[in-house]
Amino acid sequence: MLELSGLALHFGALKVLDGVELTVPQGAVVGVIGPNGAGKTTLFNVIAGVLSPSAGSIRFEGRDVGAMPVWDRCRLGIARTYQIPKPFTNMTVFENVLAAGLHGGALSMREASARAEDVLALVELDHRSSLRAGDLSLLDLKRLELAKALGSGPRLLLLDEIAGGLTDAECDTLLDIISTVRERGTTIVWIEHVIRALRRIAGTIAVLYNGTFIATGAPDEVLVDRRVKDVYLGAGQ
Amino acid sequence: MNPAVLIGRALLVAGAVFLLAAPFGLSPRGLQLVTEFLTMLVLALMWNLLAGYADIVTVGQHAFVGIGAYAFFGFLVLAGFDPWLSVLLAGLVALVFSLPVMAIIFRLRAGYLAVGSWVVAETLMLAAGKLSAFGGGSGVSMPVAAVKRFGAATADRYVNVYWLAFALAALALLSTWYLMRSRIGVGLTAMRDSEEGAGAIGVNLRRARILCFLWAAPFLGIAGAIITMQKLRVAPPASFSIIDWTVYVIFIVVIGGIGSFEGPIIGTLVFFVLRELLADTGVWHLIVLGAVSIGIVLIEPKGIWGLLRRFVPGDLIPVGHSPGKRQGRA
Repeated sequence: MLELSGLALHFGALKVLDGVELTVPQGAVVGVIGPNGAGKTTLFNVIAGVLSPSAGSIRFEGRDVGAMPVWDRCRLGIARTYQIPKPFTNMTVFENVLAAGLHGGALSMREASARAEDVLALVELDHRSSLRAGDLSLLDLKRLELAKALGSGPRLLLLDEIAGGLTDAECDTLLDIISTVRERGTTIVWIEHVIRALRRIAGTIAVLYNGTFIATGAPDEVLVDRRVKDVYLGAGQ
Repeated sequence: MNPAVLIGRALLVAGAVFLLAAPFGLSPRGLQLVTEFLTMLVLALMWNLLAGYADIVTVGQHAFVGIGAYAFFGFLVLAGFDPWLSVLLAGLVALVFSLPVMAIIFRLRAGYLAVGSWVVAETLMLAAGKLSAFGGGSGVSMPVAAVKRFGAATADRYVNVYWLAFALAALALLSTWYLMRSRIGVGLTAMRDSEEGAGAIGVNLRRARILCFLWAAPFLGIAGAIITMQKLRVAPPASFSIIDWTVYVIFIVVIGGIGSFEGPIIGTLVFFVLRELLADTGVWHLIVLGAVSIGIVLIEPKGIWGLLRRFVPGDLIPVGHSPGKRQGRA
């Protein structure tokens, strides 16, 4: 579904991404972990099309999307959430999701309205449909961020630390929602520091360090890997 | 319906009734003032569409007013075309000119775009000053015969030009309202609130910007023709006046409330009230206008409408969408 090969992003001498290799099969949930500054969010920006890679290729469903603008990639089925939510503050919650269906999903007004209602019910935000998005709490903003991404009907969903800053109970609610999204057949790549959340849902965990993946595999194997512990978990010191 | 929204809409309807009755009751001087109000409203609506939604903060809007003025003069006086056709062609010429201008300034973003659009506008003004058939740098008055084609008697002409301005403003309001209600408008509103966020949900930012720029140009060009019918002459510094057709327009939109439908209407009203009150004070008029706009922006960046919106729970001119039905949310 998603194949990254030799992906690099350099700002002058600074190599933010340096030879990223990753294959995400259809229907998988891949967790991406790594210390701060490892290049996780930058990787998402390159996959989504906000930044252009210096080298390497991004193939989505067999198609090279590396030169495509962000909105075209969204149309193809790649949606992402931002770590710091980017709501359309002066639109209603409903209109935020409607916009995603109309544009990313290329739906008619009627279809996009129906989609928005479904998605808002899924993320349990339907009772706040006509509220200004700028008036939402943090948890609701995270739900809206997810709803906006789902509104375009993505086949690949990129989640950037969506569980960060939530209480355990809130995090569990969010995990239930994301499980439902996965069961409906959406492939997910998820950057997260909340390991507990990833363990529950991710089939694969990939560890990014200094702009490259140093370990990829099943959560139980990767999380006990000596190098991963050293660079990330800080155990054994 | 909420009482505040109801009062606001009643005021809008009262305004529309006043405008429809204006030619039958107002003095020629009054009618000229309302004509001017309507053309400024059109300029404000278009600048708001560009700067408030599509993030094209242009300070070269006067270029298209000037192009429209010159094209109108050329078709009517030099080519001897039908007067109403000349008005339409002024809009068409502005649209044609907007293509190369767009190709130049869309390479730039934000502040660079602002400066670039200004440079392009000044260059076009200097070029207009080289056209000897249009009186060169000092401009030329419209021949009496050409003026009379809009109405033999002065009073008739004022009324005819007024209806022209009324039709243009109505078309600008209704069509832009329709645009904002469409799927494109939902995308533009998303762009207003977060450009990166809008791109991420699939809004084609490039296409949206191009559409807005092409949308605005013919309205600005026809406004230029109407302005020429009021001033009865073309001249580079007057037809391409940055103060009159760009700086005042920015004041209007900023005071009224950028990125809303109500803002430009409120701003244009405030602008004309202030101008008429301070008409005899010379340069103080500009100083007060500047101080008022700075004061309002410091209190509320979304202008007077932003302030009022704290008490008014809905849009007066509904552009939103609600679940389950395709009506406005208010």
